[in-house]
Order: sequence, then structure tokens, then C-alpha cells
Amino acid sequence: MKTPAARGPLAVVLHQARFELRSFLRNRQARFFTLVLPLLFLVIFVAVFGNDKVGALHLPAKVYYVPGISALAVIAASFVNLVISITVLREEGILKRRRATPVPAWVLIAGRTLTALGVSLASVVVLLLLGRFAYGVRIPAHTIPGLAITVVVGSISFSALAYAFSTAIENEDAAQPMVQAVMLPLYFISGVFIPAVNLPSWLSHVAQVFPVEHLSGGLHHAFAPATTGIGIVWSDLGVVALWGAIGLAFALARFSWLPKAASA
Amino acid sequence: MEPVVSVRGLRKRYGQVDAVAGIDLEIERGEIFAFLGPNGAGKTTTVEILEGFRTRTGGEVTVLGIDPAHGDAAWRNRVGAVLQESNAEPGLTVRESLQLYSGYYLEPRDIDETIALVGLEEKADTLGPQLSGGQRRRLDVALALIGDPELVFLDEPTTGFDPSARRNAWDVIDGLRGLGKTVFLTTHYMDEAEQLADRIAVIAGGRIVAEGTPGTLGGRNLMAATIRFTLPAGTGADDLPPELRAQLAGEDGRVTLTSQTPLVHVGALAEWALARGIDLPDLDVRRPTLEDVYLELTRSDA
Repeated sequence: MKTPAARGPLAVVLHQARFELRSFLRNRQARFFTLVLPLLFLVIFVAVFGNDKVGALHLPAKVYYVPGISALAVIAASFVNLVISITVLREEGILKRRRATPVPAWVLIAGRTLTALGVSLASVVVLLLLGRFAYGVRIPAHTIPGLAITVVVGSISFSALAYAFSTAIENEDAAQPMVQAVMLPLYFISGVFIPAVNLPSWLSHVAQVFPVEHLSGGLHHAFAPATTGIGIVWSDLGVVALWGAIGLAFALARFSWLPKAASA
Repeated sequence: MEPVVSVRGLRKRYGQVDAVAGIDLEIERGEIFAFLGPNGAGKTTTVEILEGFRTRTGGEVTVLGIDPAHGDAAWRNRVGAVLQESNAEPGLTVRESLQLYSGYYLEPRDIDETIALVGLEEKADTLGPQLSGGQRRRLDVALALIGDPELVFLDEPTTGFDPSARRNAWDVIDGLRGLGKTVFLTTHYMDEAEQLADRIAVIAGGRIVAEGTPGTLGGRNLMAATIRFTLPAGTGADDLPPELRAQLAGEDGRVTLTSQTPLVHVGALAEWALARGIDLPDLDVRRPTLEDVYLELTRSDA
């Protein structure tokens, strides 16, 4: 039988993604923060705000929070988990050993990104199912393509940002606090935890610079009952993709496979 | 035949310091070559330049006929590396880790055969991070071999091991000889180099200070043997015959002679002692060990 390497780079991408996924699913901490925590957030927010009307569109809180927490789930899988995992693999010399093999760098990155994308999609589907069957929240059928495309673009962009951001982290212990220091404030000001209309306008303007607001904005749009068409907000998607492109360019210029601690 | 590794005038400068200050190396196919030196001597810098992980400041390097600074996928198919510090793949068993890596190569070795080669059959379904230090190192070796490389780099493969884990690792490395691999081993253990290597180069302060087989390194075969014994009370070194007194190197209760021709001097000593009815129960004749040679060669850098 031919090996993945003999079948071409795409076969190696799939091969890599398969093993990355297996490794991810065996990591209890990664499972909790990526798959369970978003569900807990959704349950808590709906329990607290239930049928209150929130946001600019005065939607019931349970309708509002399914897309908001979906944005968090995509970021948890594609950014938070990825930054931590890349930093650990780099500092433990595992990325370096992989680079000693014939596999091109982009294949390893694409394989890991594909895993993040798969986990993001699965996590959003679970949130949708919980919303649908526990809270009766339905997504309009005609906006499902918009939702899916927004999740895919968001996941790939945040994965690129993860590779870029990991270059700023010196060691394994710093990864978790650094990621949360960046993401927690953004969750609060980007319509994930608190509707944007409740923020002072200057804070909204700050949020609009960053991609989290645009990912959650795009997902809110896809969920809103009044939305027509396929549910894509091109401007939001464009900003997320632009951030992804900047992250990719930065990662290509700065990303190192070698441990920082031992590069004496 | 073209050498597997050829290095001419290799230099690597960090700031004001030459970590590697102009070294030459040549390694033939099928050879187990040990690069021996104390910590900070330039071993890892050199091996990482040969592996293509570091750039060099000067000199010429070819590994399997290619400059490692421009090593492509085809070249990496032929080279295996056990890095000084690399942990196991998280969340994967020994067998799964090897499955992952075997997918990177065009013609990998058989997975079960490779697991058996490093003696991890019992641990094949154990998660990599749960292995002991010695077992993890054997997994590292298996991962470096899975692509069936012609040349294997082993960077300090047994540092921090207990004696039995070192023995096991040595057996594995010795087994590579049977596979016809060329092995480039770095170590700061003299006994490891002596046990495994066909040829040794000693590096200190970024320079090669000696090169040879374990038996001839640093002129070891030429270096003087020492003859030691204790004379009975009432007899002193002054009572020895003149040809032995000429070899005297020390007397502190025990007499020490040095000799390029130990058999001649031991013979004269025996004749003299027997004639006087003196026994020399602690008589000891010793060649310098590789460790003596190594300490002598690297002393100036301490």
C-alpha cells in the first residue's frame, strides 16, 4: 500500500489531521475548554437571561446567545487550543522533530488547521442541537450556508492568527494566561457575552477593530429570524479573512519550529 | 566512494564567540562515528548544522552529497535525527506515533519490526508521554529510523540515563551497525564512545583536538604505561637498579614508574625483587584509559 507521502501532499494533510484529532480527543483539558465549556456558557446565559429581549434586534436571550457562544466555540478550537498546543509542541522539541522529516511545513500547518476546523464545526453543531432541542431555537434553513461559510472562514483565520500569536509566547506556562488575557476582554466587548448595544460607543469602536466582533456579528446575522438571503455579512467576513491573512503573513515571516527556551 | 558526511573548515560564530572554530570531518558509509566532548564544546551546534537546523558562518559541508542548508524533502527522506531534547507526541501511543511518522516517508520501514528493533514490543500500545525516560529515548530512535534513513544523527542519546537504561540504548545503537546505517553520535561520555564507535573525534572549545579509533585516540597506544608497587619497610626507591630509577615518576609510600616499554621494566623489576626475596603483592601495570586521554585532551578548557 502506498504511504500518504507517496499519494501526495493532500493525503499527508489528511493523515496529519487524523492523528492531530486523535491526540486532541485524548486531551481531557482540551476537550473541556473546547467542547464542554461553550455548552456550559450557553446553559448559564440562557438560565440567567432566558426570555429577556436583548440586543439591537430585541431577540430573546436564548436566540441571541446560540450564535454568540458559537463564535466563542470557534475561537476556543481554532485559537485558544491551537496557541497552547503549538507552544507546547514547539517547546518540547516535537515540531522540530517533525521538521526533520520530509514533510513540507505548510502540510503540517494545514493538517493542524483542518483539525481545528473539524472541531469548530462539531462544536457549533452541538451548540445548535442544544439550542434546537433544549430551547427551541431554530436557525432559518436558508441561512445555513452563511453560517457554515462564516464558521469555516472564522476557523481558518483564527488558526492563522494562532500561529502568528504563538511566536510572541516564550514558554508553555505563558500560553494559557497570554491567550486568555487577549480573548476574555474581546469576548466581553464583541457581542459574545454582552450585546453590543449595551456598550458605550467608544468600546464598540474598539471592538470593531478586532476580528472577534466580526465573527460574532456574522454568526448573529445568520441566526436572526429576520435575515433574508444566505446569511452572509460580507463586510464582517472580509474583516475576519483580512485578519487571517495578516496572521498568515506574520506567521510565515516569524514562525519558528525550534524551542525558544533552548535556542542558545 | 564519496563520504557520507564531509566537513571542511566549518565555523559558527555567536556574537564574539566562535562556538565552532574551523573543524574538518569525514565520515564513511557504514561507520559509527562518535563526536566526543564536554558540554558547550560545540557538539550540538555542529550536529544541528549537519541536520540543516542551523546556518553556518563559514566552511563547506555536505551530507549525503547535499549542502544541508539547502536540504530538500528527498534529502530528508535519507536522514534520520534523534534530537537532544524532544518529547513524545502527546496523545499518541508508541505504535500510533510510528504510524504518523511512517506516513511522512515514501518507503518507510515496517512499524512492528521497528518497534521490535528498539525493544518496545511490550509498550507498543502505551501513550508516548507515559513511557520512562529510557523507553522514550528508544521511541525517539524508532521515529528516526522509521523512514529507513541511510544516515542517523544521535545527539547525546543517553544523557541522564541510569546504567541499565544506558546498556539498553547501547544495544539499540549497536544494532544499527547490523542494518548498515551510518551513525553520527554525539556524547560527553567516554565509555559510550569507546563502547560504540568505530572512530572518535574529540571536540573542545570548538576545535577538534584528537581523532582516532578508540584504541589509538590521542596517541593512546603510544602513551606511557604506569607501573606501581609498594616496597617493603627498609627498602626505598634509591635501592632500585639504575635503569628503573631512571623511570621514577613518584614515590609517596607507593612507587610509580612510567614506561614506554613496560615489559622490559617489569622484567627488570621482577629480577631485582626475586634476587632479594622481596614480594610486590600490589604490583600494578596500567595503560592510560580513554578517560585519562580524554581528560588530558580537554583539560585546558576546564
